[in-house]
Amino acid sequence: MKYCILLFLMILNVHSLLAQIEIHGKILDKKGRPIVSANITIVDSYDGGITDHNGLFRFSTTENGAHILVIVASRFDSLFVPINITNQAIQIDTSLKVTKLEEDGVVVSSRGFILGGGKRNSVMNAQDIYTTGGANGDISSALRTLPGTQQLGEREGLAVRGGDVYETKQFIDGTLVSHPYFSGATNIPTRTRYPPNLFKDIAFSTGGYSALYGQALSSALILETIDIPEKSESNVSVTPLFWGGGLQKVAKDKKSSFGFDYSYTNVGLYFKVIKQTPDYFKMPQFHSSDWNYRIKTKGGGLIKYYGTFDYNQMGLRRQSVDSAIWKNAFDLKGSNWYHNVSWRQPFNHQWKMTLSAGFSLNKNNIWQQLQDSSNKEVAIPNIYLDTLQFNLKNKDLFAQTKLVLEKKWRHNNALRFGAEYWYNDYSLNYNIKQYQLKDNYIAAFAETDYYILPKLALEAGLRFENSSLMRTHELAPRAALAYKFSSSNQINFAYGMFYQKPENTYLIYNSKLKMTQANHYIFTYLYTGKGTMLRLETYYKQYENLVKIYPNYTNNGNGFAKGIDVYWRDNNHTIKTLDYWITYSYVDTKRNYLNFPFSMQPNFVANHTANLVTKKFIAPINTGVSATYSFASGRPYYNLHLNAVGDANYSLLDQGKTKQYQTLNMSVYHLMKIGKGFGVLYASMNNVLNRNNVFGYNYSVNGLNRQPILPTAKRFYFIALFISWGVDRSQDTINNNL
Amino acid sequence: MKKLIFTICLCAIAYFGHSQSSKYLPAMEANLKIMDTAKAASTYLDLSGKFERIANAEKTQWLPFYYAALSLDLYGFQAPESKKDEIGDKALALIDQAQKLNDNSELYAPKYMAYIIQMLVDPMNRYQSYGMLANDALSQGMKLDSLNPRLFYLKGSGLLQTPTFAGGGKDAAKPYLEKSIELFDKEKPAKMYPNWGKTQALETLEKCK
Repeated sequence: MKYCILLFLMILNVHSLLAQIEIHGKILDKKGRPIVSANITIVDSYDGGITDHNGLFRFSTTENGAHILVIVASRFDSLFVPINITNQAIQIDTSLKVTKLEEDGVVVSSRGFILGGGKRNSVMNAQDIYTTGGANGDISSALRTLPGTQQLGEREGLAVRGGDVYETKQFIDGTLVSHPYFSGATNIPTRTRYPPNLFKDIAFSTGGYSALYGQALSSALILETIDIPEKSESNVSVTPLFWGGGLQKVAKDKKSSFGFDYSYTNVGLYFKVIKQTPDYFKMPQFHSSDWNYRIKTKGGGLIKYYGTFDYNQMGLRRQSVDSAIWKNAFDLKGSNWYHNVSWRQPFNHQWKMTLSAGFSLNKNNIWQQLQDSSNKEVAIPNIYLDTLQFNLKNKDLFAQTKLVLEKKWRHNNALRFGAEYWYNDYSLNYNIKQYQLKDNYIAAFAETDYYILPKLALEAGLRFENSSLMRTHELAPRAALAYKFSSSNQINFAYGMFYQKPENTYLIYNSKLKMTQANHYIFTYLYTGKGTMLRLETYYKQYENLVKIYPNYTNNGNGFAKGIDVYWRDNNHTIKTLDYWITYSYVDTKRNYLNFPFSMQPNFVANHTANLVTKKFIAPINTGVSATYSFASGRPYYNLHLNAVGDANYSLLDQGKTKQYQTLNMSVYHLMKIGKGFGVLYASMNNVLNRNNVFGYNYSVNGLNRQPILPTAKRFYFIALFISWGVDRSQDTINNNL
Repeated sequence: MKKLIFTICLCAIAYFGHSQSSKYLPAMEANLKIMDTAKAASTYLDLSGKFERIANAEKTQWLPFYYAALSLDLYGFQAPESKKDEIGDKALALIDQAQKLNDNSELYAPKYMAYIIQMLVDPMNRYQSYGMLANDALSQGMKLDSLNPRLFYLKGSGLLQTPTFAGGGKDAAKPYLEKSIELFDKEKPAKMYPNWGKTQALETLEKCK
């Protein structure tokens, strides 16, 4: 019976009718707005409550005496309030301070468009590149649907904000990629060597980029390769243009992975069906291979290696502009090696190190000649035509290493600093002439992220650059200030000085040239809504020390560019299941460089460009469609003519503007299961409206004749089947028990 | 009488054996009762707070952490997309604390759910990353207890919502759900231990027909 009493006492103890004291109050932010879902708890007790939509809470407690009350709400600093519970109700009205955190603090977005692979807050990702109509999986083509870029149909690369294509540089895992595009013939664009799915982060800066990068006057495309993939996978691609396959193997413990891919492209079959303007006597062919190895190190670090080798060749004849009975024949063999190793390692006290190294070797073997109607070489009748007949061999060896150290503090304040070294050995054989260049380039840089206020951030950096060849050293300051004046509105101001070595093709004639220079001033307004984004930018860019090639190779060139860029993205927000973006760019630019007789708008710049990209995924039939419409106002063209050899200047004999450029590109993809694999059937058509787009004019050497620059075929069609077989290890354990 | 005494002793051991405070059991039971009948999102959010307070006060019990995470997950499925990431992170942090006390198979169910909630923010792009993490959680849970019916139920329910081209669909989901029901029938959970899932599994299996 005693035990029964004990039990009874126990129950009584639990449900004892102790005095219930009510604690209530209101939790606000510093601006007096209610904080919803804040948790209020008496430390080490079960008692507490949660705030409602008005920031009000109310709960009862059986505790008494001195206690501590803690108020926790996400995005706010926790608050501890000492209380003394007696027999009276307690009222607690207080306010919480916003935590200095990345998510709700300001982010300096002078870096431009962040394209991430499924990461939070990303603007565009690898999948976007694959599904953008007209891009056909080419990174640069997809980026041309962003503002600030030019629609170029006759050359590869990104011409950004009045800048020439060589003013945009690409970086993979911190190191410069010296030849990101396949070699090709004049006026026929080629593709990027690197596939989008290689990258987890793609950041495209259209100006004002970080001091960690250099040697690009206009723009930096910063690519970060993926870490160890989630699962092993093998894949094949079958198309009329190319076939390929690859394997990616992840170790059982997921601590390392390796993979390789190979593909062979031969456009012969395609060109038989779709007639091309040039006469290809050697069908364009490409062998591409890449391989990778990634391994986790102790303490959360990662070492990644990525290597590629490719070889391509082509030969074609086009109608000569100099004579109706002549043809220009062009033959190319090119090869490219690229290796990249990077080691990322975090250390104690929020230190992080990134050590990277890159090596590339690019070789091209080109000849060009004038041929007659029976494809026989013609004897050059006059000295001016000499430039149309040549043998060219070049070899470009580029090696580099870079070290970046980063230290972070509370509230996301950070300091990054480091150095890099580039070695370049460039040689050129042009007919019987030989040229060689060797350069040792050293840069040191430091940059800090400093949060002056939670909503006001400064990113300031300095970069020192030195080239042994030019015997010059430059100091480039960069700064960006960002202010987030409400949760969805932000303004940025960015300033920076940027230096770039003249292209090797000019340096071989005068190695005493100085670095070319650009100063950027950028003002940005950014709105981020729910699934929507508006980005307005206006900029002024000043060019100094641009290369002039006439009458001598000097740095007497200069120029400017100013304009407005608009980007609006609406991802499934306004119209369900429709993702679209609209861009508009206006640029006003003039420069005096190369052989320009005076300051002119370069022929790669259209004043107005616009894009409308739409994407829709129709879930019931597992099919996605995308349409991209691009517009560009007419681009200028010039006939710059040298009257006589040794003449001091080029004169402008003829000029004009091409008609507007318009194109509508469509693509469709269907997802399906093929056996045990996952398949994507992809088809696309570029220039659906079959417009005649003209990219400019080529003039004859005597200046009397001209020829429009046209695409090799009006339309481009593409159809492909991609299949992948994933080996998902996580499945095994479950299936074993079924 | 002896039997009674024995029972009382047993109760007493159960009561004091875990060095838990005397209010633990009734508080947990009261909350679990609310959980059984809860429907509104706000109730789940409220419950999560209650369980978390118990967990933080007790410091040695994994079950309140488990239920705090589970009810937060249940709230997360109904929460607006802008909040899903935050909720998932919070649930994962709660599971982390529970794992430090007792790493067991049950914890991988709310872990799986937390990743699924985060995947739902942008399924097209996050399937690869968050979907993979979710599946990993299931297989880790399986390794600890290959007969946990809830993990089979979650696997089946996940497959039902996966498009057929990606290996999902009714036919793929069915065997997992059938297996889960078979396991649910054999299950004899200890007091306050997770016992949910059978009703949901039966409902989901119905959709496969």
